[in-house]
Amino acid sequence: MSLLDVQGLIKHFPIKGGLLNRETATVRAVDGISFNIQAGETLGVVGESGCGKSTTARLIMHLIAMDAGNIAFDGKTVGSTHLPLKELRRQVQMVFQDSYASLNPRLTIEESIAFGPQVHGVPAAQARQRARDLLDKVGLNPAQFVRRYPHELSGGQRQRVNIARALALEPRLIILDESVSALDKSVQAQVLNLLADLKQEFKLTYLFISHDLNVVQYISDRVMVMYLGRIAEIGPVEEIYANPRHPYTRALLSAMPSVDPDHRTAAPPLQGDPPNPINPPSGCRFRTRCTHAEAVCEQREPTFETVGGSASQGHHAAACHMMVAASGHSKSNPVAVAA
Amino acid sequence: MSALFTPAPFETPVAIVSRGYWATVWLRVKRDKVTMVCALVLLALVLMALFAPWIAPKDPMASSMLKRLAAIGSEGYWLGSDELGRDMLSRLIHGGRLSLFIGIAPVLNAFVIGTFLGVMAGFLGGTTNTAIMRTIDVFFAFPSVLLAIAISGALGAGIFNSIVSLTIVFIPPITRVAESVTTQVRNLDFVEAARASGAEAFTIIRVHILGNVLGPVFIYATSLMSVCMILAAGLSFLGLGTKPPVPEWGLMLNTLRSAIYTNPWVAALPGVMIFTTSICFNLMSDGLRQAMDIKE
Repeated sequence: MSLLDVQGLIKHFPIKGGLLNRETATVRAVDGISFNIQAGETLGVVGESGCGKSTTARLIMHLIAMDAGNIAFDGKTVGSTHLPLKELRRQVQMVFQDSYASLNPRLTIEESIAFGPQVHGVPAAQARQRARDLLDKVGLNPAQFVRRYPHELSGGQRQRVNIARALALEPRLIILDESVSALDKSVQAQVLNLLADLKQEFKLTYLFISHDLNVVQYISDRVMVMYLGRIAEIGPVEEIYANPRHPYTRALLSAMPSVDPDHRTAAPPLQGDPPNPINPPSGCRFRTRCTHAEAVCEQREPTFETVGGSASQGHHAAACHMMVAASGHSKSNPVAVAA
Repeated sequence: MSALFTPAPFETPVAIVSRGYWATVWLRVKRDKVTMVCALVLLALVLMALFAPWIAPKDPMASSMLKRLAAIGSEGYWLGSDELGRDMLSRLIHGGRLSLFIGIAPVLNAFVIGTFLGVMAGFLGGTTNTAIMRTIDVFFAFPSVLLAIAISGALGAGIFNSIVSLTIVFIPPITRVAESVTTQVRNLDFVEAARASGAEAFTIIRVHILGNVLGPVFIYATSLMSVCMILAAGLSFLGLGTKPPVPEWGLMLNTLRSAIYTNPWVAALPGVMIFTTSICFNLMSDGLRQAMDIKE
């Protein structure tokens, strides 16, 4: 059974305007996505800005209300009597991108970390002890850091504090929303190694959101590629990076910076920005930027097809007409596309 | 402790003295001479008002028809006497009690009520925000002096009524500041993180919102104290505040008005007190604002 099971998740943000503050348009931030996370794995989520990565994270935490869909944690539907919202928020924690804004500037490091456990009824002294233990775990000397304030710490140190804060509730799933994106490369590597160590020690599961493909490749077991509120492709990390099936994934991967001069690309693999999510293109959402776009892509939405992988490693699936033999796309031969 | 993770090399084991936010603010205020001088003057004024009966050389109510409008420096009357021959020095010292009280009390009342309304409006947002803020806007439609006079006039003269009317005058600006600060703080990630920890709204407001909102709002409130002093003095001057013969700076200014041609220096003294107090409040709040504006 998967630890987290998301089915048909939809979130549309209304845009209000006009004379009577009527709803004039909707941003389809997350438009019907389904995926699951197995206990103990790391699911990487990649995609351009505005593709719905962070909205998905906030929906899982129930920080914003979903419009439709079902989220089950550990087989139990969130909000039901089996799993009240408060209990979900103990078992699932989140680390944000902005390490400074995610710490209260008026609280000491110790108070910030101890806040969560205290909310869940842990006595103050015990919560503080836990804060000290966790500071040690994330590589910050407790004696030196407990009494400090966030502005006295570097970005890397602050993000370690945020990780300790997330760990303080002894969660099983941690959502890392661009958590290392704002750190410089050397600190980023340290924090990534810390995350890997903590995962082993505390038997954690990660949902790792990033736009950095190198980082995602390093930390993930499986990767989910999102485009304009939909999942374009999902599968085991080796398969996605070695044999991407969706044209968008391929474009993303070819945009990955490489240190090998023979593999450097001069031309941008994708032109322009993603279309406006207020009025997404008909049919396949990627067709406006896809080099393989044909009439069928405009008329029909591609179905999500399994193209490889295994049940044990996770299936490799993509949403592209070229994956389906009878879709009517001229290149609808999976073998030819893969080559 | 497990040895899975060894501390990264950039953490040097040098003990760094850590200072809290308020300790840093205090250090910065201490270095600011103007703010410190103003704070000391205000402290002296408050102490003077508190211990007026022991400090004042004479009875502030005792009049003497023979020694009316004595000049500054007259024998027995260091700061002269008023139109009824009462000792100006004693009256100024006693007058500070009421003047400071009706200058500070309405602002403190408005600080409590305004912060509550502003935090509610800012944190809850939506319809609550609209209801509170649009009601506040109605009060903004009137100039504050006019509003104070209108409410005082409607309620009738008296100290209590002038405090009520001034409180109503100062609630709108404080609510607006509290609302805008709360709205800024509410959207920061640490509030989101607190919600993600399962904390309830009240806990979030108590731990995460108030700590970040009270400071800036209080600074704003201290800057209103000078305005409040002047408005309170104005109400007394118009006969809507305190009633004679109670000493109060605004009222004294009013009754000495007739003596402005015969003895202008004595007549100006209550004005000097009001001016000194309000400018000290203003400069002190400026200094505090600068000290609290800590850039990371």
